[in-house]
Amino acid sequence: MNAADLRTDVLVIGGGLAGGWAAIAAARAGASVILAEKGYFGTSGVTAAAGPGHWWVPPDPPEARREAVAQRNARALGLGDPRWMERIIDLTWRTLPTLAPYYAFPIDEHGRTQYRGLRGPEYLRALREWATHLGVRILDHHPALELIADRDGVVVGANGVRRQAGGGWTILAGAVVLATGGCAFKSRLLGCHTNTGEGLLMAVEAGAELSGMELSAYYTVAPARSTMTRSMSYMFARYFDVDDRPLDIQPGPDVTRALAAAMLAGPVFCRLDRTPEDIQAVMRQVQPNFMLPFDRWNIDPYRERFEVTLRGEGTVRGVGGLRIIDDACGVGVPGLFAAGDVASREPVAGATSGGGAQNSAWALSSGQWAGAAAARFSRRPTARRVSGGAPIGGAGIRPRRGGRPVDLVGVEAAVRAEMLPYDKSLFRSGATLARSLSALDQVWSEIADHADPDDWDRLRTREAAGLVATARWCGVAAQARNESRGLHQRTDAPGTDPRLARRLRVRGIDRVLVLPERTVGALEDVG
Amino acid sequence: MIELIIEDRCTGCDACVTVCPMNVFDASNGGPPAIARADACQTCFLCELHCDADALYVGPDCEARAPVDEAALLASGLLGAYRRDSGWGDWATDARYANQHWRMDAIFARARAAATQR
Repeated sequence: MNAADLRTDVLVIGGGLAGGWAAIAAARAGASVILAEKGYFGTSGVTAAAGPGHWWVPPDPPEARREAVAQRNARALGLGDPRWMERIIDLTWRTLPTLAPYYAFPIDEHGRTQYRGLRGPEYLRALREWATHLGVRILDHHPALELIADRDGVVVGANGVRRQAGGGWTILAGAVVLATGGCAFKSRLLGCHTNTGEGLLMAVEAGAELSGMELSAYYTVAPARSTMTRSMSYMFARYFDVDDRPLDIQPGPDVTRALAAAMLAGPVFCRLDRTPEDIQAVMRQVQPNFMLPFDRWNIDPYRERFEVTLRGEGTVRGVGGLRIIDDACGVGVPGLFAAGDVASREPVAGATSGGGAQNSAWALSSGQWAGAAAARFSRRPTARRVSGGAPIGGAGIRPRRGGRPVDLVGVEAAVRAEMLPYDKSLFRSGATLARSLSALDQVWSEIADHADPDDWDRLRTREAAGLVATARWCGVAAQARNESRGLHQRTDAPGTDPRLARRLRVRGIDRVLVLPERTVGALEDVG
Repeated sequence: MIELIIEDRCTGCDACVTVCPMNVFDASNGGPPAIARADACQTCFLCELHCDADALYVGPDCEARAPVDEAALLASGLLGAYRRDSGWGDWATDARYANQHWRMDAIFARARAAATQR
């Protein structure tokens, strides 16, 4: 066994919010834990440069939580699960104060400690520090490429590459938590370029299913040519066309489609001059990165107009991902658990984006449930006897036919071209979806048949496979949901069909199948 | 995207090599790291936050690099501003830069109230 080959009770793949909480929970449950992160546990993923607020409802008065759940469930449009909503509200409320030794929770002018909203860089730094104190072994720049399974299909580890040290790694584990994030198709959403979908692919190769992949059309506004998708200030925005005529676009939850429609007609400009002056004055201490592009371009966003764009969030603030089948965040594959945005958030968000609050609470909660369950699974008597297994990665690792060079830049461009344009994603139709899928199928065949990476581009090739696979799952699910519901809007089926108030399971890789669940919230009835 | 490392400021600590989630930099034996894979930069600015020497500059344009003049940049006050405004590192004890992120709830509430008055 060389230095890159390790053994542990629990392997956590991904060092963002969910992976951090999973590693902490597994270690607190007594497991030995390795966290393998593609980039750096502290800067990787979409939380790192953001400011996650959490779904934060005090237990008192008791009706407050009932009301919060009822309101959220109404917005879930038939795809949510009040029991999961209650679970994450409760765990989030109990958990965040326990981070106090590692995060300097601010105290407001009334002397109250503010737990709900955290800054991303400081939050991840706190999780890293806590995990380190608990003895978690952190391997930065160790992207995972594929899972390892034994003869019975139990996941017993993973393979990957050492991006800086060179060569590969193999880690055998009693259980694996996948926390690799959603997939925004390299849209230039702030912090999303490590989130390329190969975690979803790894799990589906092991036998997991997906759910809610059609709920993947969410966009966030940003200054044109920037990544700065910090949306709060746009609550005060006024929008204008290229001739400076005001556009009738009102800030609020439904702003995206109006903005996208305007952008399809021409450039859209923004003024933030309605922002109260006291808020302008404090913005740098509220969101220190919000002003970075403006300061560097020498634009005063409160006085001058600037062009805006929309950055696609895919399944990040979209909803779909691995289908969770039990309270421990299992995905139906023994030894494998999912946490955070890699998992479908339908139970807590339904058909409407959970945005930051539900998603952060979900990451914190699912991370802890998955981490604790992985620790339990790793203690079962047979786990100690794991002697190895076989790597099970397909596309982007082992070509089905003859290996030959594949144009990875072209593959990424093809995925972007089908998944990010507003007319294809926000205004879907059966015809455009069919055309997109045909283009994506072609790219998929090229990768699955021929991509045979050398050491240099193993990560990039597998990422490309993850991007295409995720795009196809989104497209097939969107085609199957022949109605409009929440994030999924079809121009050729604008109404909501009561018979489709059920989640769509997605299964398979080469041949993708969609199976509507019979009922929502009764997972054990299905399958 | 990543533009430059101010060599006179860089202490060769390699923090940026470690923290860059996209693996843009290569370490170079005690000297300033090399910007080895600029095209991979995702314009998250987090290398600047983790640079104690305020020696890094990320341009705001995430779609193309744009050359910057080092002397002008040094005079601009932009270097290190993100770290300072975050109250990060040695700024943590300066009350002017205390974390006021918690005001987001109130800001959203005021925006919603303003919208209903229009």
